[in-house]
Amino acid sequence: MKNNSYESVMARKNEIMKSAVGINYEKYEIEGISFDYEKMMAEVGYSLDEIRSIQNETCVGSTPLVELKNINTLVKAISKPGKGARIFLKDEAANPSGSFKDRRASVSIYQAQKQGYKGVIAATSGNYGAGVASQAAKRGLQCIIVQETFDSKGIGQPEIIEKARACEYYGSEVVQLTVGPELFYYFLVLLEETGYFNASLYTPFGIAGVETLGYEISTQMKQLTGKDPDCVVVTHAGGGNLTGTARGLMKAGATDTKVIGASVDLFGLHMASDKDFNRKSFTTGHTGFGIPFATFPDRSDVPRNAARVLRYMYDYLLVTQGEVFYVTELLAQLEGLLRGPAGNTSLCAAISLAREMDSDQTIVVQETEYTGAGKSPYPQLNFAKSNGIEISRGNPEESVPGKSIVIPSHPELLSIKRYSMGKMKQSYVKQAKKNYKKEDFSQREKIFISEDINMPLEELEKIL
Amino acid sequence: MQKAKTGEFVKIHKVILDKGERASNIPQETQDVPLEMWLNGFLETEESVIGEKVTIKTFTGRLVEGELVAINPGYDHTFGEPIPELLQVGIQAREIIRNYISGNGTE
Repeated sequence: MKNNSYESVMARKNEIMKSAVGINYEKYEIEGISFDYEKMMAEVGYSLDEIRSIQNETCVGSTPLVELKNINTLVKAISKPGKGARIFLKDEAANPSGSFKDRRASVSIYQAQKQGYKGVIAATSGNYGAGVASQAAKRGLQCIIVQETFDSKGIGQPEIIEKARACEYYGSEVVQLTVGPELFYYFLVLLEETGYFNASLYTPFGIAGVETLGYEISTQMKQLTGKDPDCVVVTHAGGGNLTGTARGLMKAGATDTKVIGASVDLFGLHMASDKDFNRKSFTTGHTGFGIPFATFPDRSDVPRNAARVLRYMYDYLLVTQGEVFYVTELLAQLEGLLRGPAGNTSLCAAISLAREMDSDQTIVVQETEYTGAGKSPYPQLNFAKSNGIEISRGNPEESVPGKSIVIPSHPELLSIKRYSMGKMKQSYVKQAKKNYKKEDFSQREKIFISEDINMPLEELEKIL
Repeated sequence: MQKAKTGEFVKIHKVILDKGERASNIPQETQDVPLEMWLNGFLETEESVIGEKVTIKTFTGRLVEGELVAINPGYDHTFGEPIPELLQVGIQAREIIRNYISGNGTE
């Protein structure tokens, strides 16, 4: 009988992980912080053609891309003359389980099946669970989804409870836990007990699965407008969405397209706090994941995270919860698309970004997600109210995460806050020093860091 | 007292880590409470009442022990009541668009 205490299981982390993902990460290690990222992506991942064929088998990808003409007219109406870029939307809700996460799950589940695993496990409270459960159903594998669902009073986020329903409908076992990062501990216990495949969000399989999304955007925009988009706005949390999309765009030759991250501003709320857990209305796409994962990607559930956003992110835009709910309404009422809300974070940022850009420029919002009971503006805002959050109409700049949500009283009040890329890169360096217990790095490590945060070596020397 | 029959779909509750067994690097309010789990499956144990210790077989076939807390647990999340602060969003946006088109004549 194995010792399953917290300390014992965490001490076995590396061996459990190794047998659960079938990747020998040591092969890509170079020295200290540095490892061969591109070699890992090339050897472990699949070519775009292979991924397209894997995804075709399970009905994933090839989603519509549409111009949001009514929203674009509204944007022009509230912009200075000559301003108001055209916004296009990639309707990822058209994937089998209702989000782009099907792309991410598809390659992992294919890989698990190919390697002879009997089942898969994923630690996720979001759409990814439904994606994994759906893909596992199609490929005949067992599936366990481990969720952080409830606070210590047993009260669950409606959005997460809805995801549990979806997963159980696909035939998956859903383990629902209270708040705390020890979810990872129990995840390891389950991997060891079952011998299932770790369908981590952060393996090269998951990221390679998203590359088709970037590739499709370039192809579809060329068909619609004759050129690649000027910007692609991506809702950013753990980093896989942005990383995969950016890599796909580059593979399509869209090297001038700027890839911009967008998150809901949840500053002041602690992600591991039992008290704060139900004081937020967004369980993903927020700064509580976005900043930690950008500045220290290897905090994930695999030894080397394939999602490394600072390599690709041009700018990082923050919006408030009330603004995203507002934009979710706009999308439904002006474009007839009932989607989101969390997936509309990027659309929300794109509207303000479009007002700054010229009217002949284009922006692609690269995802939507399904909506349902528990997972739409009314239930999420009713839940916020029941947790003592004040809801009002006015200027969203006055909202405070965990205390109040302000729905804009006019579309002109939508805005974006730019989070400094320089600050994120400095934070990466600071955390690298702390995690590797070093004050200085070797030349090889410096080259790696310079690539990992997309900063010339000379500049890096200055901040080191 | 409500009874669950063997084979019936039920929900169990179990403490995974007690207070004092939790990670040290988490906020105090989280350390002060146990890490709990809820899980659905088919009752393996003979006829049981709520609150009893039972074993279930999950969808993946795992046998897990815990306290019986619900029989045929449902999904009670809803779409809920309308949010008054959102009800004007579409009406106002359409009006702004109408005024822009009629005033501007360019669209």
